[in-house]
Amino acid sequence: MANIVIDRIRKSFGTFEALKEVSLTINDGEFVSLLGPSGCGKTTLLRIIAGLETSTSGDVLIGGKSVIGLPPKERGLAMVFQNYAVFPHMTVYENVAFGLRMQKADDARVKTQVEKAAGLLHIEQYLDRYPNKLSGGQRQRVAVARALAVEPKVLLMDEPLSNLDALLRLEMRTELKTVLQSAGTTTIYVTHDQTEAMGLSDRIAVMHNGMVEQVGTPVDVYNYPATRFVGGFIGNPPMNFIKVPVTNGQVTAGSEPLKAPKETGDEVILGLRGEAVQLAPLPLGLEMKVRVAEPMGSHLLLTGSIHDQPVRVILPSSETVRSGDVIGLKLDPNRITWLSPESGKSFPAATAR
Amino acid sequence: MSAQTTSKASPASFVSSSRWLLWSGIAALCAWVLVPIYLVALGALGGRQGVYQWPKTGLPTGISLDPFILFLKTEGVLQSFLNSLGAAGITVALSILLGAPAGYALARYNFHGKDSYRLLVLLTRAFPLAILALPLTVSFIRLGLYDTIIGVGLIHTVLALPFAALVTQGIFMGVPRELEEAAWVFGCTRVQAFFKIVAPLALPGIVATAVFAFVISWNEVFAASVLTVRNRTLTAYLLTVLSESPMHYRFAGGLMLILPSVIFIFAVRRYLFAIWGISSK
Ligand SMILES: Nc1ncnc2c1ncn2[C@@H]1O[C@H](COP(=O)(O)OP(=O)(O)O)[C@@H](O)[C@H]1O
Ligand SMILES: [Mg+2]
Repeated sequence: MANIVIDRIRKSFGTFEALKEVSLTINDGEFVSLLGPSGCGKTTLLRIIAGLETSTSGDVLIGGKSVIGLPPKERGLAMVFQNYAVFPHMTVYENVAFGLRMQKADDARVKTQVEKAAGLLHIEQYLDRYPNKLSGGQRQRVAVARALAVEPKVLLMDEPLSNLDALLRLEMRTELKTVLQSAGTTTIYVTHDQTEAMGLSDRIAVMHNGMVEQVGTPVDVYNYPATRFVGGFIGNPPMNFIKVPVTNGQVTAGSEPLKAPKETGDEVILGLRGEAVQLAPLPLGLEMKVRVAEPMGSHLLLTGSIHDQPVRVILPSSETVRSGDVIGLKLDPNRITWLSPESGKSFPAATAR
Repeated sequence: MSAQTTSKASPASFVSSSRWLLWSGIAALCAWVLVPIYLVALGALGGRQGVYQWPKTGLPTGISLDPFILFLKTEGVLQSFLNSLGAAGITVALSILLGAPAGYALARYNFHGKDSYRLLVLLTRAFPLAILALPLTVSFIRLGLYDTIIGVGLIHTVLALPFAALVTQGIFMGVPRELEEAAWVFGCTRVQAFFKIVAPLALPGIVATAVFAFVISWNEVFAASVLTVRNRTLTAYLLTVLSESPMHYRFAGGLMLILPSVIFIFAVRRYLFAIWGISSK
């Protein structure tokens, strides 16, 4: 069993706290993404798990055993580095074979494993080349193949598809998922690309400023963001945040009252996914001033304001709304996230499914 | 190195003109190095008359190895040549064996006093040998190192070591840390990672450092003259002997000083060019 338990890990570089008490459990065979903007500590956390960086405090357990203090090679994992780290003095073949050779695998096994991994990543035709004859995307695929070739129990990947063009990235994403799923590899996948995280992951851990803000399935994280940051980071367009007054525990959106969570004060932030609305006649619906209407083909994207606060909503492309219109919107009460204006956290009523 | 003759003489195209520029540059650089060596060789091999012949004929006339062989047979020449090789060998071995680990530590680890350490390394060169000569001689006599090749090699190591440490530091810094880390993750111990990944990538630079140490030792004359009496190195020997020798002997001595460096560099030239281009990006 190769589950991973990250227990209250802290990491400081001098006075700078890169990780502020991060805890996370990854089950055996699970695919978990660390998602967050650049500089939030994703790589640092991954390096601590791999044993390339020492944590200031906290514990990491792999398969129930603490690995703190163990050298990387004794942790039984493979890693794809953010800047590839393919060995420039070895051919692609030898690069992919490196881990197997270190395990003293016999030549036949090395050959089958290398060919399997190379086929998966479409690098068969480069096997005798040196890395300096490859593009960034090709090197990145070599790095992924090198990690897959050893069939690790635990796989750590640091933005492994960041340098591929969009089409190839999509294809690799699907193939990675199939392979890792069938092999039952416990995977931690670092990315700053939310669509990648949404598409691949069993669960996503959203990181921000050295903390994990929320852990959940892609659907949960999307629909019930725990904090304003998560809502704003995930989804395209991001979640809308509208500050509205609360009277008698209720919020009026158009002529329809919405029940606000009882913990709120005078004001509450209404978190609204752009697509969780319907067009409604005006006095009934919540008034939105449309500044720009963009027909996208599959849908209609409206940018404007509600209560003088900027919003973006999505309507079916069958609706006709033009720039400058004032429209009414009916909100789906089940898909509203209520957030505290002070802490930026969502109220538990909304998070509970 | 190999002369390519692929000019298709296509009329004044940009490619051919830039190729022309390249080859004329190469020719100029080669001439810069080769012409003096050629003239020295001419003087050494041309015999008693050849040296004074002017204007020089472009092609060597009346050339023979005899004067040079005569010079080699001169008492002490061969021995001092071997002494020089010995001292240079000690210098190369010690400055790489001691300097490269120091350079690796400087490149990879952060420790207190790192900057002062680096300064200290260079500070060993702050005292001119002339000042150190007397105390050195005294202590060498006490230690039984006086008039030995090991003693000269040690002093030359002291001269070459600071540069070896600092140059190899730069070389090891040029090998991305992630490559080593990747090796650790994929099953290497630190030592294995060093020999499988770092050493091959640093090899050209380390060889260059070795050449540098060799040249420092081979050319050094002051310490070698002061610290030896009978076991002279070639430079020290030639310095004392040549002023009273005929002209073509001096040229022969010069040629003998030049040749080993040239041959040595030629022998290791393969390692001097980074074959794979160190880059992780
Ligand atoms: N060796 C280091 N020394 C000092 N600061 C570092 C070091 N490594 C990372 N950091 C800092 O820690 C923060 C998190 O870095 P990183 O984990 O690489 O972020 P991410 O991978 O999420 O982009 C960044 O602000 C970065 O500047
Ligand atoms: Mg990173």
